[in-house]
Amino acid sequence: MKKIYVNEERCLGCHLCEFYCAFANSGETEMFKAFKLGKNAVPRIKVEDGNGINFAVQCRHCDDPLCMKNCIAGAISKVDGVVKIDHDKCVGCYTCVLSCPYGCIVPDKNGHSAAKCELCAENGTIPACVQNCINGAIVFEERGE
Amino acid sequence: MKYEYVIIGNSAAAAGCIEGIRETDKKGTVAVISDEKYHIYSRPLISYRLKGDVTEKQMNYRPADFYKVNNVETLLGKRAVSVDSKTKIVQLETGEKIEYEKLLLATGSKPFVPPMDGLDSVRNRFCFMKMDDVKGIEKVVKKGAKVLIIGAGLIGLKAAEALEHYDCEMTVIDLADRILPSILDKKTSEIMRKHIEAHGVKFILGTSAKSFKNNVVTLTNGEEIKFDILITAVGVRPNTELAESAGAKVERGQRDAAPNSVSGKAEPADNCLAARSNSIHARGFITDKKQAVKGVKNIWAAGDCTVSEDITTGTSHIIAIMPNAYAQGLVAGRNMSGNKDTFDKAFPMNAIGFFGLHIITAGAYVGDCYEENDGENVKQLFSSDNKLNGFILMGDKIKRAGIYTALIRERTDLTTVDYKLLCEAPQLAAFAREKRFDILSKGA
Repeated sequence: MKKIYVNEERCLGCHLCEFYCAFANSGETEMFKAFKLGKNAVPRIKVEDGNGINFAVQCRHCDDPLCMKNCIAGAISKVDGVVKIDHDKCVGCYTCVLSCPYGCIVPDKNGHSAAKCELCAENGTIPACVQNCINGAIVFEERGE
Repeated sequence: MKYEYVIIGNSAAAAGCIEGIRETDKKGTVAVISDEKYHIYSRPLISYRLKGDVTEKQMNYRPADFYKVNNVETLLGKRAVSVDSKTKIVQLETGEKIEYEKLLLATGSKPFVPPMDGLDSVRNRFCFMKMDDVKGIEKVVKKGAKVLIIGAGLIGLKAAEALEHYDCEMTVIDLADRILPSILDKKTSEIMRKHIEAHGVKFILGTSAKSFKNNVVTLTNGEEIKFDILITAVGVRPNTELAESAGAKVERGQRDAAPNSVSGKAEPADNCLAARSNSIHARGFITDKKQAVKGVKNIWAAGDCTVSEDITTGTSHIIAIMPNAYAQGLVAGRNMSGNKDTFDKAFPMNAIGFFGLHIITAGAYVGDCYEENDGENVKQLFSSDNKLNGFILMGDKIKRAGIYTALIRERTDLTTVDYKLLCEAPQLAAFAREKRFDILSKGA
């Protein structure tokens, strides 16, 4: 299946992917609305930068997802290769934040549930971070691991 | 009735076991026995249910068609009363005899209610562990009710948080001198206590209930408190009686090893697990790493009724958390169905919030302590011998906590990572380039 991969060599650490990710999942029609007026949309991708190293990281959709195994509500499942949170069931205890070895699950802006990259399954065919990375540092492709 | 696999218990360990069995054995007959009549649900969600955040249906730990999809027969609302490991028969209270080839004990634990004078005279007395506890409380709780909670641990305080929703007047008493002693050290416990107090909960610590007369308690400090509802949340005890008589090995969890096993500077009296509640040292089933119970054949055990070896202390005790229960159940299910798997990465970990202040904790609080603390957002990382032993994270500092958890789980040699960078913030940039590339090019 297609997954998101990052190329550290091409990443400038501009954080645009974080803005586009948060916007795409905010339900807002214009980007500024997702971040202003107290609506601090939360990105599900994280850019790490410093010491000349920049790269973005988001859910790896693990073969053996610890977030899913450890979820106390049974709110996380893996469907067609995509690890998803059922927001109807999530109570925001953040056991998944405790469990993810890559730090890829974030407390959502409402403080009552967790959020993660679901490959923009709800937002279109190409994930927003990939579509909007101006340096081609984030790609969406099949790699047959 | 006869089944290839019989599971006593219907929570996380049972789900793990069923999923473990069905990875390979699609046909073997499976039966689940539980004294509760409900579809498999998440016990910790009872406080969210009481608060009104979730409905009974949203508490389902697995989808409504879980038993059907996995071809599992359910014997719900039926209590198992004995196990005969020679004839391989589970006897139910109803008189039914259930024959098994392989048995999983996923019996969990029950509330421990210490003997207190006059307790029987109390009206509206509850524990807070099961669906029926919530249903009972819901029936009697009224806006502004006076609630007395005995026990300032995870269960007692989750009940308090839920009951704030009913504008209850709440008093929490505990024999310990601080709240949440099983997961927080003195400093962080103090921060959380103040935060919870700001939401109207009154604490009386270092005190216990001496006697009850109807709905008035006299405390050991002489104080008298009137209440409408009593919730006892002192601790839990594993359900082991069922199989103990059948020869299953049951032992008390060990106290912590002497602090000489770590070269730490932290004060052991405050920071190591010795401060934790007695529940973890209660008697539980002793299993091998495949979750097979020692002393008997064809019986496995998983979850809160078992003793696990804690990789952060090297001691064996009860680690009553859902992630362990599921992981142990999964390993048991795999072994029961002929696969090989072991569970050898047990350690305590908790993620929980009270009135909007979140905490994530793991492992043992021993060793050198790296600390950031602004009075609400706290990070404490405990390390020794180049290993991360444990952490306490609070408020904003919970972000990306799993990167720290993985260092504990894998017992990562901290000389192979940039630990200074990791102390500042959990990040993958602190890992060697090859390791980072490996992570980014795939996952676990």
